[in-house]
Amino acid sequence: MTTKMGIEVSVAIGEAVKLANTDVVAAYPITPQTHIVEHLAELVADGDLAAEYMPVESEHSAMSACLGAAAVGARTFTATAGQGLELMHEVLYVASSMRLPIVMAVANRALSSPISIWGDHSDAMAVRDTGWIQIFGENGQEVIDNVLCAFRIAEDRRVLLPVMIHLDAFHLTHMVEPITFPEKSKVDQFIPPNEYPLPLDPNKPVTMGGFGPPPIYTEVKWAQEVNLRAAKEVILQVWQEFGDTFGRYYSPVECYRSEGSRVLLLTMGSFSETAMAAIDKMKSEGKDVGLIKLRLWRPFPFDEIRQAVKDAEVLIVLDRAISFGGPGGPVCSEIKSALYQQERKPKVIGFVGGLGGRDISVAGFEEIVSRGIEISETGSSQEFEIFGVRE
Amino acid sequence: MVKPEGALTWKDIEIGFMVTEPGSASQYRTGDWRSQKPIFDLEKCIKCGLCYIYCPEGCIRQNAEGDFEADMYYCKGCGICARECPKDVITMVEEEE
Repeated sequence: MTTKMGIEVSVAIGEAVKLANTDVVAAYPITPQTHIVEHLAELVADGDLAAEYMPVESEHSAMSACLGAAAVGARTFTATAGQGLELMHEVLYVASSMRLPIVMAVANRALSSPISIWGDHSDAMAVRDTGWIQIFGENGQEVIDNVLCAFRIAEDRRVLLPVMIHLDAFHLTHMVEPITFPEKSKVDQFIPPNEYPLPLDPNKPVTMGGFGPPPIYTEVKWAQEVNLRAAKEVILQVWQEFGDTFGRYYSPVECYRSEGSRVLLLTMGSFSETAMAAIDKMKSEGKDVGLIKLRLWRPFPFDEIRQAVKDAEVLIVLDRAISFGGPGGPVCSEIKSALYQQERKPKVIGFVGGLGGRDISVAGFEEIVSRGIEISETGSSQEFEIFGVRE
Repeated sequence: MVKPEGALTWKDIEIGFMVTEPGSASQYRTGDWRSQKPIFDLEKCIKCGLCYIYCPEGCIRQNAEGDFEADMYYCKGCGICARECPKDVITMVEEEE
């Protein structure tokens, strides 16, 4: 039966991975991901999850072991954060190019140096172009639901791609939240057994990860790109079916009190929760501002974003990562390019904030919105502004 | 028979570019890499077979007449056969355009 309990989100992820009948977990512990893999190790050691747990010597090895596991058709999970995700970097491309359905939770953490175990989106943005499906969670329930959806999406024959579920360090990983766990029998129906179409099998040998000289490399990469873009339809179907089965519906872009608003704020990840409180406060004071929350980062939901912001005059985008020497935050620049060719579009104002675990309060979001409106009227000498930096 | 790589469209690509038939590397024309080609002066050849043994591509063979020849589909023009031949049978000459 459905159970609702107060549980740390990291531990809940372990429970969701168990509910999904995962076969292999290969992982290396790193703060703030540690509780996820610790709990999985415990579940396997206690005989509560019939999976192979591979305690490897690095994140590079963790992802490499996941390639092998997924290639034989095992349901495969791992988790990492920050520097660990960076150490995996080259293998991430291999996973997506070889079309291996691996699910990974990423406890978004700032990158060194200076060393920081706290949260921002620098790690996620550095793996933006690795060809993985990437979904950002706003709260614990979203993360748990999307871990379940991720197996279903990744293993769908039309997709066969790895999926990252991003959750903010500490603000989500270490929070005790009320989480509703779906009924095991319903999860079993929702996520059918993994049937990878061409698994490594001595009786039917295949070569994986072969040589791609100039006459074929372009065709292989285009096939991969078409496949990732087409995955959006499947993601939408899976979210619809998840909603119909379990009662919680998700969409690539979520609008919160944004209808008819002249000014919109856009956030990604756990900051959306505080931003909602800020929007409520500003609305109650008669301010004309709404919120757009970006959940699906790859494949990028172009149509949904255009639709969500087309009637606004000002769109204020908050990034939790800097693209050094570049146009501003990665989210803001992608939204700008998605809107550039549109006839009707808002002015897009970019802020970077919440770096290395620094909080942005309700008052902080109010300040971002009022400064954003000011920039939209007077302009700014900078490509983007950084919020909260001491001058 | 699978299509040669140069004839595949992106729609023909197997999941993850997997290769489902063995021996596909034999389709790869390493002869494209060549800038020089071996010319055999068979009058001088004593049929010791050293060219056959040393060829790193394994593309030199003895034909029905007993003469050694290189398979130009694979020969990369490395010149090892010419270097090793004790009778200077093989000369490397520039490929023409």
